[in-house]
Amino acid sequence: MDVLIMNEMGFPILSTLIFLPLAGALALLCIPGDSAAKIWSLVITTVTAAISLPLYWNFDLTTAKYQFGEHTPWISSLNINYTLGVDGISLLLVLLTTLIMPLCVLGSWKYISKRVKEFMICLLLMETSMLGVFMALDFVLFYVLWEAMLIPMYLLIAVWGGPRKVYASIKFFLYTLAGSVLLLVAIIALYLSQGTFFIPAMMGQAYSTNFQILVFLAFFLAFAIKVPMFPFHTWLPAAHVEAPTAGSVILASVLLKMGTYGFLRFCLPITPEATMIFLPYVQWLSVAGILYGGFTALAQQDMKKLIAYSSVGHMGFVTLGIFVLNQRGIEGAILQMINHGITTGALFFCVGMIYERTHSRELASAAGIGKFMPFYVTYLAFFSLSSLAFPGTNSFVGEFLILAGSFADNKILSACAIPGAILAAAYMFRMLQRVVWGGTKNPGHPGLLDLNLREIITLAPLLVFVFWIGLAPEPFMDVMHVSVTQLIKQTGIASHGSVSVTSLMIP
Amino acid sequence: MKLTLFAPELLLLMGGLVLFLMSTGKTSGRTARAITLAMALLNIAVCVGCLRFEGALFYDAYKIDLFSQSLKLVISVGFAIVLLFGTELKGVADDVRPEYYFFLTLSTLGLLMLVSSVELLTMFIALELSSYSLYLLVPMRDDHSGLRMQMESAIKYVLFGVVATGVMLFGMSYMFGLTGTTYFVKLLPALQQMMGNPVAIVAIAMVMGGFFFKLAVFPFHFWAPDVYQGASNETTAFIASVPKIAAVAILIRIVTLVTPEGQAIITMLMVFSICSMFYGNLIALVQTDVKRMLGFSGIAHAGYVLLGLVTLQDAGYATSLYYIVGYLVMNIAGFLVVCKVSQQGENVRISDLSGLYKRSPLLAFTMAVSMFAMAGIPPFVGFMGKFMLLTGAYKAGYVTLVILAAINTAISLYYYLSVVRVTYTASPGDRPALVVDGTTKAVSLALVVIIIALGVAPDSILKIATDAVRTIL
Repeated sequence: MDVLIMNEMGFPILSTLIFLPLAGALALLCIPGDSAAKIWSLVITTVTAAISLPLYWNFDLTTAKYQFGEHTPWISSLNINYTLGVDGISLLLVLLTTLIMPLCVLGSWKYISKRVKEFMICLLLMETSMLGVFMALDFVLFYVLWEAMLIPMYLLIAVWGGPRKVYASIKFFLYTLAGSVLLLVAIIALYLSQGTFFIPAMMGQAYSTNFQILVFLAFFLAFAIKVPMFPFHTWLPAAHVEAPTAGSVILASVLLKMGTYGFLRFCLPITPEATMIFLPYVQWLSVAGILYGGFTALAQQDMKKLIAYSSVGHMGFVTLGIFVLNQRGIEGAILQMINHGITTGALFFCVGMIYERTHSRELASAAGIGKFMPFYVTYLAFFSLSSLAFPGTNSFVGEFLILAGSFADNKILSACAIPGAILAAAYMFRMLQRVVWGGTKNPGHPGLLDLNLREIITLAPLLVFVFWIGLAPEPFMDVMHVSVTQLIKQTGIASHGSVSVTSLMIP
Repeated sequence: MKLTLFAPELLLLMGGLVLFLMSTGKTSGRTARAITLAMALLNIAVCVGCLRFEGALFYDAYKIDLFSQSLKLVISVGFAIVLLFGTELKGVADDVRPEYYFFLTLSTLGLLMLVSSVELLTMFIALELSSYSLYLLVPMRDDHSGLRMQMESAIKYVLFGVVATGVMLFGMSYMFGLTGTTYFVKLLPALQQMMGNPVAIVAIAMVMGGFFFKLAVFPFHFWAPDVYQGASNETTAFIASVPKIAAVAILIRIVTLVTPEGQAIITMLMVFSICSMFYGNLIALVQTDVKRMLGFSGIAHAGYVLLGLVTLQDAGYATSLYYIVGYLVMNIAGFLVVCKVSQQGENVRISDLSGLYKRSPLLAFTMAVSMFAMAGIPPFVGFMGKFMLLTGAYKAGYVTLVILAAINTAISLYYYLSVVRVTYTASPGDRPALVVDGTTKAVSLALVVIIIALGVAPDSILKIATDAVRTIL
């Protein structure tokens, strides 16, 4: 247990974060009335977010060990434990989750009008399992939470979704669950070879190459579907388009990150040899994803679909960053995971806000809306700029690091990925141009109200992070630095040398 | 003879006698049910009280130990739950209800005796007592549709049952011929030494066949979907869950006969396991009748249970027991919803569940939990059971079997999910809201809680199961 620093804060902060939303969901069962349910969920998610902040303040930046650890035996006959802990890789994802959830409640305030209580219960259950996935250090605990999250997400899409919600929800559920079935077999195989489900104990062990290849393939299928990597992405546009706004935001901001988190936490340190063997294929799949996502996004008329396909491209950058296996690439990938969560989450909120007003997500029907909704277009413009990695915004830092990392690894690869950034500019500007200045005269537009205070508050924190990370990424980079160094050491691949972000950005 | 050792059986026997007397007169179904229910609840208490008793009865043909007593408790609980939610018993005519409860009680009595018997003839008699009562329950259905499906099902059930019994009896005669005894205590060492002998293998395989029939393992499964469809909903709830507990218990007793030299039997178990999983899951995909679908899914689950048996280890047997207990709970939860949705005791098609969410949120929730649990999704008991079965089988070296089982889990998702889909997303159309009485509400909530609790905290029940398995023989 020397890799786990036990929690010494006086109260079990990680368990509190996991179980507070669950308790909130149970309490919701007894709370009558729709508005009470909304307020209660907002309070619970905000309190959870507040409780998560000390994680950042008390985080020890100098060690790669898992911190705030908790350890209780769970199923002793199989040596399964309830073990929690966060390191530099998971901390930011935990914070991202706790930040996004209150915004999701706010963003659903008016959008959800039927079965409000059940909707909020699903949101809170999602929060419990997502936080648990990022904190779990026991593989069974991880798997339980990883799968349990499917049920509330399935219901979010199937009950509150758009016209083709049934198709989309089933596709989402079957794809992701079928993908992770073999993950279970891999977990069992690892357990029997190490005698424990403690994840850090499985890392850096000398498994035979054949064993690694099989385990890697099982891991890869589960995580690649979740990311989703091209060509496993086909569930994503359907799920995104049909899900309610909060569902899309959670999907884009957090769920997709669970796949890339899986790559970082399991594939690289547990099966390093197999990772090296499959490296070129995964890298080229990532580049294919970047280009495919970009081109497809360019052709979309539906704004939600556009952002969904852009996600495929953005996540391609993230997997590329991870699998170039150097410090810059991986740090860029982790930062880009956070960035994508913030930016794409915000863009989905923006589309949801238009949809609430015009009941359409078509670019054509939103054309020219800028004249009547100045606040809205301001937000939309900033988030679009962030999405296309405009310098000064968060995604620029992430994509720059990833491309710098991949350039050090393979110049041809890097050259093939760069057009992805140009494509992003093309489809984002196309959307922005239509929505803000599009000349179409839609009779309904003059009556549209601009954002109200609730909507402004929903988007404001995300905008703050867009610029904060874009202009001063150090506080975020510092968190992950030691852990990433350790990860690269475990992977056994020589680092291409670590360079501070500032020296990269300011020549 | 110490009567306390025989208390649960004695109680059911007395209750059965009372019900028999009532059936000769003009007792209403309501009274009969009240008496049966009171007896079933009392029986749970008695079983709890007798849990730690140990001893032997009837010239050592009948063994009381933790294994038998804990299983008796589970069987009694299953029996009581089926009675509790079967308030209306819509599928059975009022004038035959005393008989109905009489045979249901007798069948439970047979199952209780079955888990305690450690001698071939006792086992045979107990099994037949339980089976024949069930054969009689199936045609008691009062089918409003006039299809008279119950008759066909009953005949099928009896014919297949008799064949299975015949095969089993034949196997028993081999066992007796080889060893000169019918007592397990002596059979065990004698047969274990003869594992290289093909006759011994054939004998064990044939005896197993009788219990494969009860458990609906491929290729002894043919009766299951038809009987499920033909019998009244409450009867099916019982047939589909409770006898399976006893079947797994006895299979464990028989498997302990096998030593690693009996590779043929292990191979047979593996083949049956794989065939059951694939056959059950693939055919279930196209079913429209909920009970038939559950029937085929039951065949698949029987395949999963065999995974624990092929390990030939205590831990594997304990997991099989844990899994089948979990299956009892999640299956009964599903049947509870079927019984309640059915308005006049008719069969329920999957489309009849459309929009159940609006008609009765609690029933819809129970159905969803039951389906997710059977599909093996955490945090429900089905996941933990499958996980431990897979771990055990992997540990024993059956990697291919584990991978095939995992793939089957993925296949089964589709039809479980389609039930949840119609429940939550389809429109109820002109189907009226359902009125659910207090007992049913309490029972379904309790089932949901048990399904979650067993999945989240499997340690305690697993420990009992392991202890129980160790006390065998």
